Amino acid sequence: MKEPSIRRRILYDKLFKIIVVLITFCSILPMFFILFFITSKGISVISWRFLTQLPKPVGEIGGGILNAIIGTLMLVGIGMAFSVPVGILAGIFLSEGRKGKLASLTRLCVETLQGVPSIVIGIIAYIWLVVSMGSFSALSGGVALGLMMLPVIITATEQTLKLIPGSLKEASLALGVSYSRTILKVILPAGMSGIVTGILLSIARVAGETAPLLFTAFGSPFMNFNVLKPINSLPLMIFNYATSPYPEWHTLAWGASFILIILVLGLNLFTKIVTKRWKVQF
Amino acid sequence: MEGTVLKIEKFSAFFGENQVLKEVSLSIPQNRITAIMGPSGCGKTTLIRCINRMHELIPDARVSGKIFLDHEDIYATDPIIVRRQIGMVFQKPNPFPMMSIYDNVIAGYNLNGIRLAKDEKDRIVEGSLRKAALWEEVKEALYRRGTFLSGGQQQRLCIARALAMGPAVLLLDEPTSALDPKATSYIEELIVQLKDTVSIILVTHNMAQAARVSDFAAFVYLGELVEFGPSGSMFTAPKDKRTEAYLTGKFG
Repeated sequence: MKEPSIRRRILYDKLFKIIVVLITFCSILPMFFILFFITSKGISVISWRFLTQLPKPVGEIGGGILNAIIGTLMLVGIGMAFSVPVGILAGIFLSEGRKGKLASLTRLCVETLQGVPSIVIGIIAYIWLVVSMGSFSALSGGVALGLMMLPVIITATEQTLKLIPGSLKEASLALGVSYSRTILKVILPAGMSGIVTGILLSIARVAGETAPLLFTAFGSPFMNFNVLKPINSLPLMIFNYATSPYPEWHTLAWGASFILIILVLGLNLFTKIVTKRWKVQF
Repeated sequence: MEGTVLKIEKFSAFFGENQVLKEVSLSIPQNRITAIMGPSGCGKTTLIRCINRMHELIPDARVSGKIFLDHEDIYATDPIIVRRQIGMVFQKPNPFPMMSIYDNVIAGYNLNGIRLAKDEKDRIVEGSLRKAALWEEVKEALYRRGTFLSGGQQQRLCIARALAMGPAVLLLDEPTSALDPKATSYIEELIVQLKDTVSIILVTHNMAQAARVSDFAAFVYLGELVEFGPSGSMFTAPKDKRTEAYLTGKFG
C-alpha cells in the first residue's frame, strides 16, 4: 500500500466525522431556537399569579391560566382512563396471540389509527359524543385524546412484552400459576418500564394537541370540573389567545406555550428516568 | 420395597402431524432419581413436559395414552393442580427478575394468591433454600434480586422455588447444561441429597452425569423408549444394541 492513499483515507475519515457531527448539531439547532424563543417571550409573564388565576376579560390586566392547566390534566386523565386499560389489554393480546386473523386485523387497525390525522379524530369524537349528547364537553375531548394515545400504548405494550423471554412465563406456569395470573403478576410487572414509557410518551404526544379539541372540549374562560361541560386546555388557550387581536393576550399565549413546553419536556425527562430505574434485567 | 410414584401408559405425543413420542410406557420409582437419556431431538424433553402438561403451551400439540400420579390421571386433572404437584426446573436458570430471592422462593404461593402468615413464609423460604443448599450463601441477601446470583446459584434458587410447593415429583430438564463444571457438580450433589424428599426425573444428554447420579435410567431414541432399568446394569450391560451404541458414543 502506498503512503499517499493511506493519508487520503485518514483525511476522508476525519472529514466524515466532522460532517456527521456538524449535521447532527444542525438537527438539534431548531429545537434550541424554539426553546430559546419561547422562553424569552414567555418567561416574563410567568408568576405565581399566572399559574393560579383564571383568565380575565379583555381590557383587564393580568389573568392566569389555571383553568387551562386543570383542563389539560383532566382531558389527559379522561383519555388515560380508557386508553391505558384498553391499550395494555390489546397489547397483551397482540403479544400473546401473535398469529390469527383477529391479531392481524387489530394490528392493521392500530397502524391505521396511528396515521389518522388528529383533526379527523376530533370530528369522530364530535359526531359520537358532542352531537349525541348535545353539548361540547371535557368527556368528548378526553375521548378524542384517548383515541390518539391508544395506538402508542398498544404498540409499546406489544413490543415490550414480546421481548420478555418465554422462560419467564414457563417458570410461572410450571409453579401451577394460572395463565391470567401469570400475565398479570409476572409478565406485566416484568414489562412495566416499557409500558409506563409508552404511556408517558403517549401523554407527551397528546398534551399539545389542539385540533381534536377544537370541536370537542371547545375551550372555556371559566374553571370547570364537570366532565359534561366545555373545558379549557393549554393548546386551546394558546390557539384562542394567539389568534386574538389583543397584544396582552399574545403575551399570555407565550406564557402558556412556555408552560406547555415545560410540561412535555418534563414528561420526556421523567420517561427517561422511569426507563432507567424500572428496567428489569433478564 | 419400591413404590411407583408416576406411571406412564402407552403415551404418545404429536406436534401437528409429527409424532414425537411413540407409545412410551414407564414407571417412575418413588424417591429415586430416574435419568432420561437420549440424543437431541429424541423426545426426552417432550416426555417430561407432558408429565406436567407444559407441552400444552404449544398450540398444535396433542397426546394419547395416560399418565398417573399416585393413581390419579394427570390428564383428567386441571393442569394448575398437576403443576403444583410436579415441579419443574428448566435448562436455563429463570428466576423472576423483578423479585427478591425471598419472593422468588415463595413465588409459587404469592402468584397463586395463597395467603400465608409471615412466619409460615419464613419457614418455607428457609426450608426450601436449605434443601437447595443455597441458604448459607444467601441468608444475608434474601431481599436482593435473584438475578444478582451466579448462574449455578440461580439454578439452585429455581430448585428451591420448585421445592417450596412441596411437589411429589421434580422434573429437571437438563438443569446443568448452562452451567460450568463446578456449578454442575454442586447441582449433582444436591440432586442426590434431594431424593429423600422428592422423586426426581432428570433429563440429560450427558451420559456421565446420568451414570453419576441416577438410580434408574431410561434411554429414549426417536420417540421410543428403548430401554429402562437400574442405572448400574444399563451402563455396564445394556440389553438393547441401540443403547449400547449410544452409550459407547457411536451416535448422539
